[in-house]
Amino acid sequence: MEFDLAFIWAGLIAFSVLTYVILDGFDLGLGILFPLGRSEQDRDLMMNSVAPVWDGNETWLVLGGGGLFAVFPLAYAVIMPALYMPITVMLLALVFRGVSFEYRWRVKNKRLWDLAFFAGSFIAAFCQGIALGALVQGIEVEARAYVGGWFDWLTPFSILTGLAVVVGYALLGASWLILKTEGTLRNQMRGYAGRLGTATLALIGVISILTPFQDPVYFERWFNLPGSLWTMIVPLLMLLLSWFFFRGLQGPRDAQPFLAALGFFVVSFVGIGISFYPMMVPPHLTIWDVAAPHSSLAFALVGALVLIPIILGYTAYAYWVFRGKMDPTEGYH
Amino acid sequence: MLESFSAESLARAQFAFTVSFHIIFPAFSIGLASFLAVLNARWLRSRDTTYLTLFNYWKKIFAVAFGMGVVSGIVMSYQFGTNWSVFSDKAGPVIGPLMAYEVLSAFFLEAGFLGIMLFGRSRVGEKLHMFATAMVAFGTLMSATWILSVNSWMQTPAGYFIADNGQFHPEDWWQIVFNPSFPYRLVHMVLAAFLTTALVVGGVGGLHLLRDRADASARRMFSMAMWMLVLVTPLQILAGDAHGLNTLEYQPAKVMAMEGHYDSHPNGAPLILFGIPNPSERRIDYALEIPKLSSLILKHDLNAPLAGLDTIPEEDEPPVAIVFFSFRVMVGLGFAMLGLGIWSLFARMRRRLFEAPALWRASILMAPTGFIAVLAGWITTEVGRQPFTVYGVLRTSDSIAPVDAPAVAASLIAFVIVYFAVFGAGTLYILRMMNKPATTAKLGLTDGPMRTASRPAATQRQEHENGI
Ligand code: HDD
Ligand code: HEM
Ligand code: HEM
Repeated sequence: MEFDLAFIWAGLIAFSVLTYVILDGFDLGLGILFPLGRSEQDRDLMMNSVAPVWDGNETWLVLGGGGLFAVFPLAYAVIMPALYMPITVMLLALVFRGVSFEYRWRVKNKRLWDLAFFAGSFIAAFCQGIALGALVQGIEVEARAYVGGWFDWLTPFSILTGLAVVVGYALLGASWLILKTEGTLRNQMRGYAGRLGTATLALIGVISILTPFQDPVYFERWFNLPGSLWTMIVPLLMLLLSWFFFRGLQGPRDAQPFLAALGFFVVSFVGIGISFYPMMVPPHLTIWDVAAPHSSLAFALVGALVLIPIILGYTAYAYWVFRGKMDPTEGYH
Repeated sequence: MLESFSAESLARAQFAFTVSFHIIFPAFSIGLASFLAVLNARWLRSRDTTYLTLFNYWKKIFAVAFGMGVVSGIVMSYQFGTNWSVFSDKAGPVIGPLMAYEVLSAFFLEAGFLGIMLFGRSRVGEKLHMFATAMVAFGTLMSATWILSVNSWMQTPAGYFIADNGQFHPEDWWQIVFNPSFPYRLVHMVLAAFLTTALVVGGVGGLHLLRDRADASARRMFSMAMWMLVLVTPLQILAGDAHGLNTLEYQPAKVMAMEGHYDSHPNGAPLILFGIPNPSERRIDYALEIPKLSSLILKHDLNAPLAGLDTIPEEDEPPVAIVFFSFRVMVGLGFAMLGLGIWSLFARMRRRLFEAPALWRASILMAPTGFIAVLAGWITTEVGRQPFTVYGVLRTSDSIAPVDAPAVAASLIAFVIVYFAVFGAGTLYILRMMNKPATTAKLGLTDGPMRTASRPAATQRQEHENGI
């Protein structure tokens, strides 16, 4: 039988975007929480908890963008100009944040790069949320090109999604730190995680209610029988995860809040997938409209199928090497 | 001032600016990653602590340079879409998969093993740490391989056809990846990266020798770097020559611009050493030339005819002056490097390598020239490809995204400010680290991110004292 390569690739791109959101989500989130670190030592610990892995985390963003370029070039060519501003600002923010990991240790006064780390993380997260919102709202396309203006992405809805991503990432960051640290820092993060969890769930709720009104197609997808029976599973899962999350915050199981928070993102992502499918660039371009020719898809797929499992393997290994709680007495001073 | 420019020229300026910054870091880290792997291997073999000291010294410098390479690279991979969306849509099916392979086979490899290489020696043991170090080096080379395949395809496109929707569609992947200029460009660039690193290491070694000629690690790095120069510079010049012949075959107009040949020469063309291109009169002013040498170099025959830019339609001509000058800068520096290498060889033969302050000073002076040559080389290559993005097939003016000039201008200004500030600071930190001798345990105020869970602090302090 003939495989639908475009469909498989849509799945793979979705997978790498989700992996990016999950992995870089907590490390951006920890940057968002950075100014709340009470002492320099706490901030050192926060940053060190991701220093050996952040570069790998961010590479999933490169795969998301590079993958889009490779297999859905038209989508890449339409989305990037449409989101010119938020993407450019995000890239610049990532520059500041990325170099802070090294620069911060090379100066007497860490303030400047502390600030760069925080601001870079916050702005990058916000821009990613805006990009998501703008994509959900749809992008105007004619004759294989973006035809909107350069501020079309700016709407109350996209600001809201921007905010939601910031809060959600902060939640991931806080629950990651619960997992990686002990003592006062952990307790502090527990306090934040509770509030951030509530805020994240509220924002997800509001956005889920607003989304179906962005496009009649979404509306039908969510509120028409019998499809809506399926789509009901999403909110139910969310409910279950919330219970798991808040219970985790009470008990001694430090991994549980983190896993639950990851779950929020996975389920929301699936929800967005349900709205979008089969669109790649709503409201006009489907996965098949934007797909590269068969031979491009096939050639790239061979590499992806061989290499992605290997990548997941050594990524997992790197996390394993640096597993466990951080020791605050360690480090050079 | 910027509003008088078109979106196209602004986007070109932006691409040239960001990629020029980007290439500086890979040019250094490709060579340095391999150097680190060699140092570590030597340490494991010989258990000579000088190697370990050097490894730890350059490792920290590598971490900063690599970080800058990564963040400037991420910008590049989105710039194709934001500013060159029509190009992306059309060429994506052909070069996109190559870049996807780069991400999958190179970027993940570097990033995944970097943490272990930098922080993991005591956690994973020497063997796995060596493996991780080798993987990082291998990753940087893979990265160069794929991106140069992409770039070479844009220079000498092959293995494609143009589909009804205007896209380039792949026909033969082998021909696409191994397009005619790729092997030359790959060899030339990798050698350039090795040379760039050798020059920096040599300069740092020279600096510390000037301060203390007994410094064992300074001696070791200086000697290693000079060997590298002696071996690699001649190879680089040969590779450059072969590359030029390849370019003559596939992009003759570029070679005409490099050589400054406005006019055709039916009986042997002169080699113009220096001069000032005069585009309006279409000649080289104040030319200092050697008769017939150009024909000899390019055709291996003194009297071979060489066509000039007068045979190229005006609208297909690259800008001559930039290409002409940048090419001379690169070649001139190449010969200067050769000179330094030969000098060091003589000093070594007379056993005076470590008693040669003039040589050390020269090596400090030459330390940044690798970067300059790399940039000059790329400017030759890229400007010489104009006015096309995909040579001969897709014009730059037909590649541009539908973005407004003010948007591009605003982002260009932002990039300029941020890059100078951020990478300026990084360069300063690197220079400061290089200014300290390798034997001081501490390079910065603190020694960089240290992490990890359950190891007792005491072991680590111990390791620190041992320089691990
Ligand atoms: C993968 C492809 C690729 C790679 C590896 C490079 N470039 Fe490039 N370059 C382009 C793809 C490209 C491009 C997208 O095709 C541009 C943008 C506009 C254009 O005409 O070509 C370009 C333009 C461009 C220009 C402007 C030329 C002009 O407008 O006349 C310069 C000076 C450079 N590049 C310099 C570099 C340097 C210093 C590089 C070293 C890394 C480099 N390029 C690598
Ligand atoms: C327009 C062209 C280019 C693009 C789109 C690009 C893209 C990228 C990206 C996305 C990264 C970050 C990878 C990560 O996340 O780890 C990167 C880093 C890197 N790039 Fe580029 N790159 C380009 C040109 C080049 C060239 C010409 C070379 C070398 C010949 C090169 C060699 C490297 C290397 C070795 C790294 C690793 C980081 C470092 O060594 O500093 N790149 N590049
Ligand atoms: C002295 C002898 C040299 C010769 C004859 C030479 C020749 C060339 C030529 C003909 C090109 C243009 C290729 C094209 O048209 O696409 C080129 C590009 C380049 N050169 Fe050189 N080169 C020399 C030395 C060097 C040195 C010493 C370095 C760096 C340390 C260097 C780095 C580069 C780079 C990075 C490029 C652009 C990438 C490429 O096209 O390979 N070259 N060189």
